[in-house]
Amino acid sequence: MSGTASNSKAGLSWLLKMAWRDGKASGRRLFLFMASIILGIAALVSIQSFSDNLEENIVLQSKALMGADYIIDSNHLPNEKVQAIIDSLGGAAGREVNFASMASFPEKNATKLVQVRGIEGGFPLYGELETTPAIAATAYQGYGGALVDATMMLQFGLKQGDSVKIGETTFPIAGRLDSAPGSTALTSSVAPAIIVPYRFIEGTGLLQLGSRQEYSYYFKSSPDLDLEEMDKTLDPVLDAEGADLDTHTSTSRRLGRRYDNVGKFLNLVAFIALLLGCVGIASSVHIYIKEKLRAVAILKCLGATRKQSFFIYLLQIAGMGLAGGIIGTVGGLILQLLFPVILGEFLPFEVQLTLAVKPIVMGLLLGVFLSVLFAMLPLMGTWYVSPLQVLRVQEHTPKSSRRAYFMILGSILLFIFLFSLWLLQRLQYALAFVAGIVVTFAILAGIAALFMKLVKKYFPNSWSFTARQSLLNLFRPNNQTMTLLLAIGVGTFLISTLYFTKDILLAKATLEENANSPNLMLLDVQTEQRDSVARNITPRGLRIIDNIPIVTMRVQSIKGRPVDDIREDTTSTINQWILNHEFRVTYRDSLIASESLISGKWTPEMTPGGAIPISLADNVAIDAQVAVGDTIDFNVQGVLMKTVVGSIRYVDWGRMQLNFSIVFPKGVLENAPQFHVLTTKTPSAKASAQLQRELVRAFPNVSIIDLRQILSLIEGILDKIAWVINFMAFFSILTGIIVLIGAVRTSKYQRIKESVLLRTLGAKNAQILKITALEYLYLGILGSLFGILLSLLSSMLLAALVFETAFTPSWIPFLILLPGITLLVLAIGLSNSRSVLNSPPLEVLRKEGR
Amino acid sequence: MTNILNVQQLKKTYSSGTKTITVLDDITFSVFRGDTFAIVGPSGSGKTTLLGLCAGLDQADAGSIELCGSQMAHLNEDQRALLRNKEVGFIFQDFQLLPTLTALENVSVPLELQGANHARQFANELLGKVGLADRSHHYPSQLSGGEQQRVALARAFSNSPSILFADEPTGNLDEETGEKVVQLLFDLNREAGTTLVIVTHDPDLAKRTQHILRLKGGKILENVSTMAT
Repeated sequence: MSGTASNSKAGLSWLLKMAWRDGKASGRRLFLFMASIILGIAALVSIQSFSDNLEENIVLQSKALMGADYIIDSNHLPNEKVQAIIDSLGGAAGREVNFASMASFPEKNATKLVQVRGIEGGFPLYGELETTPAIAATAYQGYGGALVDATMMLQFGLKQGDSVKIGETTFPIAGRLDSAPGSTALTSSVAPAIIVPYRFIEGTGLLQLGSRQEYSYYFKSSPDLDLEEMDKTLDPVLDAEGADLDTHTSTSRRLGRRYDNVGKFLNLVAFIALLLGCVGIASSVHIYIKEKLRAVAILKCLGATRKQSFFIYLLQIAGMGLAGGIIGTVGGLILQLLFPVILGEFLPFEVQLTLAVKPIVMGLLLGVFLSVLFAMLPLMGTWYVSPLQVLRVQEHTPKSSRRAYFMILGSILLFIFLFSLWLLQRLQYALAFVAGIVVTFAILAGIAALFMKLVKKYFPNSWSFTARQSLLNLFRPNNQTMTLLLAIGVGTFLISTLYFTKDILLAKATLEENANSPNLMLLDVQTEQRDSVARNITPRGLRIIDNIPIVTMRVQSIKGRPVDDIREDTTSTINQWILNHEFRVTYRDSLIASESLISGKWTPEMTPGGAIPISLADNVAIDAQVAVGDTIDFNVQGVLMKTVVGSIRYVDWGRMQLNFSIVFPKGVLENAPQFHVLTTKTPSAKASAQLQRELVRAFPNVSIIDLRQILSLIEGILDKIAWVINFMAFFSILTGIIVLIGAVRTSKYQRIKESVLLRTLGAKNAQILKITALEYLYLGILGSLFGILLSLLSSMLLAALVFETAFTPSWIPFLILLPGITLLVLAIGLSNSRSVLNSPPLEVLRKEGR
Repeated sequence: MTNILNVQQLKKTYSSGTKTITVLDDITFSVFRGDTFAIVGPSGSGKTTLLGLCAGLDQADAGSIELCGSQMAHLNEDQRALLRNKEVGFIFQDFQLLPTLTALENVSVPLELQGANHARQFANELLGKVGLADRSHHYPSQLSGGEQQRVALARAFSNSPSILFADEPTGNLDEETGEKVVQLLFDLNREAGTTLVIVTHDPDLAKRTQHILRLKGGKILENVSTMAT
């Protein structure tokens, strides 16, 4: 026999036939399994597909995004060397100077901080300035008109022919600026753009010491010019002269990276939805296969081998996974059409959506792979079930299944790790993510086990019959405590963590409201203007809260090494921005609220003799690789100044106030060329507008930032970000609910026979209902409570380690999520009992037996 | 006459907590090809355990079982499954039909496992023989107990087995239905020339077989031949 009957003749087609026969009769029970996989895949495919499209669009539209093949820009007029480079490149095809300034609109009696862009030549060399009327895009150059940002035109009710005053010059408005290369709705809402001809900028009188300008030179390259090579050779030379080279390829890379981060975050949210879906797969297949074990034993009795009976259900699950993958992928592709609408204001261009192959293939493969992987543990049961089950129920699983169990568990963890590594591209993050999941599962499983043990040990024998029955259900054979607590707990944990994280992000940006918090910031106040500006403010009963002097300087050498040497040293790990940046430095005798000393000693005032003790922000000290006691020489507008790092401060950059990387003690920079920032607090928006109008009239070079406006702008942006997060979280929540419905509904088949039996023995509907309600109530409360507590813990860790901010947890998850999820569990659980309560016992058993 | 089943000094124990319970001890008997054979005894006497071991559903702790010329101890689980598929038919007290398959599909499965291409046709014929031709597309839950056991009978004969094991085939049926099913079982058995091993505690049913093996407390009480033909 052993030599003759080693192969069964039934092949793949029979396995497929059996999988189909069995599946079509059980499809109803696997509907939620399908729903879990569909939602997870849809979330991931939509985001992946949109990210791919975005990346492709950035590359395709990179020239139009920049308006040129490459740009040389600098914070000051090019020096001789830079000018020589510009000339050697054949001269620029267009140039621009831009800076922030106040603009006033005399007809409307209004003022606003704007981005003034003086343009000359053929800019944009690619793409176009979209204006209304269209002719204004070229006509403004001829007669010296201004193109004004469309939203601002609408805001102030401006029309073509009105005037705008910038500095000393008044321009007629040539038309509405609908879009310009490189600007997003977001950037233009902070400081909307006004484009005027370059030749009129001088006349505004705004190009003076201290004001921040950027000069850009736009180039069109010949098709054979290797931009990458040019970037490599020319950029370091320009860097040394305080200028910069941006090619359209490097810009698209940078932009790609920026949106890549957004994509990564959204991908992670989608991955969480997918993982929740996987929990759904595992829990629904677990119960499904448990019910099938008897059928497997019968099949084995009839002569099916272990492999055959295993493959029947494997094929069934894979088929469902494929179907789920297909539906999810199609859903994802449709869903991605929504993304340009949701993310519209964050994007610098219109995204053309095409069918990306990678996400489609990924969606289909993941559908099958995840279904099989997460169903594998329960599926292994079919391999080890003995045909003897047909004659008598065996409770023990054979020992050999333990090895398979750990191998599958290992594979699941490996998959989660590799997939999150692929999404996040950082080993530490991927490890932390996997560790987080393992710890969460372990804690929840531990709580479930402990809970069962405690209920068993301290069983309240004096309780009523129904209360005792509901408690018994929690730990007797075939109980669902572990599965349901894991599903409810993990679902609540993820949803609640998302909520707390959003809280942390939003709380970080709120403005502290007290009497000393300024709400109006006056920038670029020249030293000689300082007193007269103050005299304009104080008679109104307003107080000058801050008077902050600012001196610009560059680093000349670090620890005795000139920056030129450091730049040429390829082994140096000092961050390049330190070497090239023009620092805006202040001097004062004390720390402010957003600062705290980390190391060294704070020096309030310079005492004669020795190097100047300065204070660095911790990030600058890290990037410059200096510690307390190290020397740094600065070039303060031509004068060399030797300093020593006296202290290192922690700076909370998230606070809405003027923070500085470098602070000098008093008694050093008082006579250096400087400008000032004054702040005050106005009682109302109206008073603020009036003050701004008058200040702009008297001091056209002074820029005014209305923090009230900025705050509402930030709130608007955060609202939009929150909306995007919520939109993605919706997938997780929906999948979570489906997992819950799946887990609770599948436990229906465990409970139904017992309920029918109780009914047969004479239990009333109310008693059965009470037993069921109490069981799900315990599980709902316990699962959601521990899910929220765990998320509280993880959010605290996130706040401390990632966001580096204090975290005051909101009560909302406890007040809304806890009762909400508990009620949901209760409702789904009770809906299970409907069929038991409304039909005769035998009918129920027959119907459910199929 | 040749033996189809040879059981020698069979022993089977189960452990329950720290205790070891001997369910079968020193069981030796043979069944001739084409014979009808009953295993009887009170509840807990080891009848069903003996049937499971003889059919290769479980493994003995000591002794040997030779079924259709194959030593069970020499076969692994899959080889035993293939042997069952080729040589063995089953009837169970609680029918054990696959709930998600129709009557016709249930009867076809053993033949399909053999790769037979006439499975459906043969299954239909068998359902006709048990009087269920018109219920072939019904699921088990849509059939009565008697009908389910008739489907199980058709399935048991579908692979033309050499030996058929029946575990309390009338245990879940009323007397009248039980009698009809037993009659059908013996008719089909006669027609196919199959060896029949029945586990039962019904003395009337046992009397209809040619041999009776009586068990008590896991040991053979007697092994007698009856006058039945």
